[in-house]
Amino acid sequence: MAVVSEYTDTLLPIRWPDERRSSYDVVIVGGGGHGLSTAYHLATRQGITNVAVLEADYIASGNTGRNTTIIRANYGIPEAIRFYQHSLEMYQRLEDETGAAILHQTKGIVWLAHTEMAMRTERARCLMNTANGAQTFMRTPAELKELIPELDLTGGGRYPVLGGSHHVEGATARHDRVAWAYASGASQRGVDIFQHTPVTGLLRDGDRVVGVETADGPFAAGTVLSAVGGRVTEMTAHAGVRLPVRTHPLHAFVTNDYAQGFSPIVASTELMCYVSQTERGQMLIGAEFDAQPSYSRQSSFAALRSYSYKITRLLPFLRDLRILRTWAGICDISADFSPILGFTGVDGFLVTTGWGTWGFKAIPAGGEAMAELIATGRPPALIAPFALDRFRRDHVLADQGSAGTR
Amino acid sequence: MLWLDCPHCGRRPLDEFSFGGERRSVPDSITDADERDFDEVWVFENPDGLTTERWFHAAGCRRWLTVRRDTAIDQVVDVVP
Ligand SMILES: Cc1cc2nc3c(=O)[nH]c(=O)nc-3n(C[C@H](O)[C@H](O)[C@H](O)COP(=O)(O)OP(=O)(O)OC[C@H]3O[C@@H](n4cnc5c(N)ncnc54)[C@H](O)[C@@H]3O)c2cc1C
Ligand SMILES: [Zn+2]
Repeated sequence: MAVVSEYTDTLLPIRWPDERRSSYDVVIVGGGGHGLSTAYHLATRQGITNVAVLEADYIASGNTGRNTTIIRANYGIPEAIRFYQHSLEMYQRLEDETGAAILHQTKGIVWLAHTEMAMRTERARCLMNTANGAQTFMRTPAELKELIPELDLTGGGRYPVLGGSHHVEGATARHDRVAWAYASGASQRGVDIFQHTPVTGLLRDGDRVVGVETADGPFAAGTVLSAVGGRVTEMTAHAGVRLPVRTHPLHAFVTNDYAQGFSPIVASTELMCYVSQTERGQMLIGAEFDAQPSYSRQSSFAALRSYSYKITRLLPFLRDLRILRTWAGICDISADFSPILGFTGVDGFLVTTGWGTWGFKAIPAGGEAMAELIATGRPPALIAPFALDRFRRDHVLADQGSAGTR
Repeated sequence: MLWLDCPHCGRRPLDEFSFGGERRSVPDSITDADERDFDEVWVFENPDGLTTERWFHAAGCRRWLTVRRDTAIDQVVDVVP
């Protein structure tokens, strides 16, 4: 009980608006992490506070409140490593900056390799990471066993652990608290957050988007940002913008408490599964997204079976635990497994999408950069490579191997 | 979704199949040649509802099937032989 009340007692307040203004400089569609972080950074970094965030359900009800909260920067291409490392460092400072207890914990994340091919990939990852400012180092099986005593180095006799990369700054944080921290900070500075307000269309003036349509009437806006997670295809279609994005479900589950502390986050890119321990002691397990796109958030037995099979090869003690809760989110996965953020080709209409199964870690830096883009009209260097027009310019940023385990 | 009815092999677990992507064509309303190329190569319709797509029976008859599926609930509507 003490934990629960301390938890709710330390939530910062959100100022909910009584009524809407006649027009806003910026309307953000979607009250997930990316929408709220953009609103927060518009208010705190750009001095733009005439902003509304419109959320169809309640804030963080989408993927932001459903993810497994892994924060890491061990990606495979320089553009991504630099971006995610910046976001990881923003997370390290977020409690100090906002005063919100987001339960940030640096744990380190280990990516296991079961074949020579995977060892080569992880060695290359370490070099690429350290060259771009992320701290990732190779570990021997003996070193891994020391980090994770529960690890079966034979991988159940099928997936021997030949080594792995250790990304020492890997971390986790409470997802709903991150959303709440940004919502609180934004609303205290004048941003209006409307829950239960689905956007049903976009207002046009000629070729320009000038606001959004809702059941409560229109909201006029200088700029509209779509930050709707897996629902992005239908949102941008209102402006005639067609995207290289598919919506796939991703599942996760937690077990009952594991009495021992289990410190690092452990993942296998070849097996495509990962596990960490929550602050309550439960083991949190996730794996790869469903092969076929869908908008269903129903947990599936097929996913549970496959995730359980894989993770118990590596950590046999998990067999003695029981699955307590399962859930799923619908993820906006881009064709090259990198995010898409910035201009859409339609004036007044911007997008932040392609966050797929890996965009929680990006919430601080993604929002900061989108806020700067909205304020200045120019994409900051950190996100310029992630523009939608990269597909038209043949500059895709293929990085599927780094997206695999969140 | 757990099973798929293969017209050649019968009811089989989904694990035996691999997803081959939605069946689509570039809308006629797009006339610019570069835009048509972009659309053809990269864009997905990604509908929330009925879609027609290809599945490969990898661990069975190794034939390509055309499947109609409702993505809102992830259920197969029918398999077009
Ligand atoms: C099971 C799972 C595990 C994951 N694990 C990780 C992880 O470990 N690390 C990591 O970095 N990422 C992870 N992710 C990915 C991460 O959760 C997402 O990339 C991130 O939360 C995206 O944030 P968002 O704000 O873009 O979208 P969302 O949080 O989905 O927010 C979009 C919001 O828009 C609202 N909306 C939709 N349509 C409308 C409309 N018409 N009008 C108004 N509002 C609308 C929705 O209700 C929703 O609240 C995981 C995802 C899942 C599902
Ligand atoms: Zn068959």
